[in-house]
Amino acid sequence: MSDVVPRPGVVVVSGVASDSHTWNLVFLQLLLEELGYEVVNLGPCVPDDVLVEECERLAPVMVVLSSVNGHGHQDGARSVRRLRASQQLVGLPIAIGGKLGIHEKDNAAHVRKLLDAGFDAVFADGDERVVDFQRFVRALPGGAPGPAVDGGVPEPAVDGGVPR
Amino acid sequence: MRPPLDFGAFVRRHGGGDGGPVVQPRMGFGRPAQMRAGLAATRRANATTVGTITLDSYTRVGEPDMAARALHEGAELNGYPIVTHDAAVTGAVLSGIVDDDFPVQIRHGSAMPRDIFTALTALSLNATEGGPISYCLPYGRTPLEESVRNWAECAERFAGLRERGIEPHLETFGGCMLGQLCPPGQLVALSALEALFFYQHGIRSLSVSYAQQTSFEQDCEALTALRRLCRALLPTDNWHVVVYAYMGLYPATDGGAYRLLGQAAELAAATGAERLIVKTVAESRRIPTIEENVAALEYAGAAAAATETMAGGAPADSETYQEALALIEAVLNLDGDVGRALLTAFRRGYLDIPYCLHPDNAGRARGYIADDGRLRWAERGALPLGRGGPGGDGGTGARRVTSAGLLADLSYVRRTFDTEPLKPGDTQGRLGAHQ
Ligand code: B12
Repeated sequence: MSDVVPRPGVVVVSGVASDSHTWNLVFLQLLLEELGYEVVNLGPCVPDDVLVEECERLAPVMVVLSSVNGHGHQDGARSVRRLRASQQLVGLPIAIGGKLGIHEKDNAAHVRKLLDAGFDAVFADGDERVVDFQRFVRALPGGAPGPAVDGGVPEPAVDGGVPR
Repeated sequence: MRPPLDFGAFVRRHGGGDGGPVVQPRMGFGRPAQMRAGLAATRRANATTVGTITLDSYTRVGEPDMAARALHEGAELNGYPIVTHDAAVTGAVLSGIVDDDFPVQIRHGSAMPRDIFTALTALSLNATEGGPISYCLPYGRTPLEESVRNWAECAERFAGLRERGIEPHLETFGGCMLGQLCPPGQLVALSALEALFFYQHGIRSLSVSYAQQTSFEQDCEALTALRRLCRALLPTDNWHVVVYAYMGLYPATDGGAYRLLGQAAELAAATGAERLIVKTVAESRRIPTIEENVAALEYAGAAAAATETMAGGAPADSETYQEALALIEAVLNLDGDVGRALLTAFRRGYLDIPYCLHPDNAGRARGYIADDGRLRWAERGALPLGRGGPGGDGGTGARRVTSAGLLADLSYVRRTFDTEPLKPGDTQGRLGAHQ
C-alpha cells in the first residue's frame, strides 16, 4: 500500500545519551510515519558517536531528538554540537523536544541554550508543541510528503487528551 | 559500627497488617544537602516510612564523569550520583538519619551496576532494587546477555555482605517493566522469576514488585497471584510484596493524581502488600519537591490505613494467575539456571514486552485496554499462552497502531482520573487534611 507513495527519504528519531525513555520515541515514530516519512528509530541512550555515525550513514532529511528525563538541555546541546561538527550534517534540519529540564520554570532558558547550540527548532513541553511540530515539519524545504496511507494524520495530540 | 538492619525484616514487621503498607517515596536529588533534607523529611513524615535514594541518569548509564560535570556547571541532576560523590559525602548525608527505625533503599535502573554496588557495599548500604531483565530492557541498549552476567555477579557480591554480618536485600523491578500496556500476567511472571534469579545468586532477603495498571480488579488478581506463586517458588519466607503507584502517563491535575494514588493505597492495603511506593502531584511534569513527596506519603499512608484487607483476597485461580503460571513454567522448563532460561525465553519470544524497542526483545506482542478497563493481549507473538486462552480474546491482529491511538491508550488512566467527578465526602476530605 505504502509503495504508492513516493519515498520522501529518511527521518532519524533518537533518544539522547543518558535518556532511557522510549514511549516518546515510539510516539514520534508513528507521528512522522503518518506524515509520510520513513523513520529510522535509533532507540534510547544513544551515545553521540553512534548518533553522528548513523546520521552520516543514513543521510536523513531531518533528525528528531527527544528527551524527557530532565537532562535533555545538557545531553541535547552536546549532541547537536557533535552533529554540526560533521561536514555532512552542517545544514541538516535538527529538532529536539520533550521535558528538557527538571524544573518547568527553567524552560525558556533551556530553549535558548539549545537553539544557540545548533538546533533549528526546540519543542519544550507545553500545550501546543505537537501541533507546532507538525507545522514545522510541513514547512521544511520540500514539505512533508503527506499522509502515507489512509489519511492517517492524527488529531492534534493535545497533551494526553486532558480536557482543559 | 553496628551492622544495619535487614530492610526486608523491617518492612515485614511494620507493613502488611492492619496499619497497611509501609510507604516510600521515589526521591532523589543531585546535591547532598538536599538529599539529606529529603531523607530527614521522609523520616519525619506522619506515616510509617522507609527512605529512598534514587540515582541520576548519568550514573545509571555508567557515566559518572558527566554527573560530575553537570554538578560542576551548576546544572541539576534527576537523582543522586552516588558513584560521583565521595563515600564520605554520602556517609554524611546518611549519618544520624538512617538507623534501625529508618532503613534506606537505593533505587537506580542500570544494566551495568558494578560501580553502584561497589559504592553501596563500601557504605554498608544493604537494600537496593533491580533485575537482569527489568533493569535492562526498559533502560537502554546494554545487550540482555551482558545484563544477566552483570546482575549475577553483582548479586553474588552483594550477598557477600553477609560475611560482614549484614543482610543484603534486593527488590525486583520486573513488576513494572515499561510502566504501561503490558498485561499483568507477564509482569507477575517476570517479578517472580527475577526473585528466583536473585535467590540463585545468593540473596536471601527479597521483595517482589507489581505496578498498578488499568483495572483495580485485575490488579487485585495479579497481587494475589504474585503472592501465591512466590510462596510456591521461593525457598525462603523472607520476602514481601511492594506495590508501585501507577508508573505510566500520570494524571495532570492534583485531584486526579491524588485519586490515583489513593487507589494504589487501597490496592496495596486490600491485598495485604507490605510496602507501597508513591507518586506525587508533580509526576506528569517534573521532579517533585520534598514537600510534594511528604504530602504523597502522608496521603497514601492515611488512605491505606482506612482500607480493610480483603477477606480471602481475590479469586486464587484467576486468569492472571493462570497466565503468569504458564509463562513461569515455560521459562523454567528451558533451563535449570534462571538467567540462562530467561535469555532463551526472550530469544524465542516466550517472554515479550509490548512496545519495547530493545533489540533483544522479540517485539511481536502487543497489549491494549479492553472495554472493561482490563489490559489484554492484542497480539501474543510467540508467548506460550495459546489463542483464546486466559488473558483475553485471542488476539485478532486487526488493530493498526496510530500515534493518536497509542496516545489514547497511554492516556487512559490519566483521562479517567483527571475527569472523574468527586464523590461527596470522598477524596476531597482526605486531600483537605493535608493542604
Ligand atoms: C513511563 C515512565 C518511565 C518508564 C520508562 C520506560 C521506557 N522505556 O520508556 C520507567 C519507569 C522505566 C522510567 C524511568 C525513569 N524515569 Co520516567 N517517566 C515515565 C512517565 C510516568 C510516563 C512517560 C510516558 O510514558 N510518556 C508517554 C509519551 C508518549 O509521552 P512523553 O514522554 O511525555 O512525551 C510527550 C511530550 O513530552 C512530547 N515530546 C517528547 N519528546 C518530543 C520531541 C519532539 C520533537 C516533540 C515535538 C515533542 C516531544 O510528545 C509526547 C506526547 O505528548 C513519566 C511521567 C509522566 N509523564 O507521567 C516519567 C518521567 C518522564 N520520568 C522521569 C525520570 C526522572 C525517570 C528516571 C530518571 C528515574 C527517576 N530519577 O525518577 C528514569 C529514567 C532513567 C534514564 N536513564 O533516563 C521524570 C522526568 C523529570 C523531569 N524531566 O523533570 C518524569 C517526568 C517523572 C517525574 N515527574 O519525576 N520512567
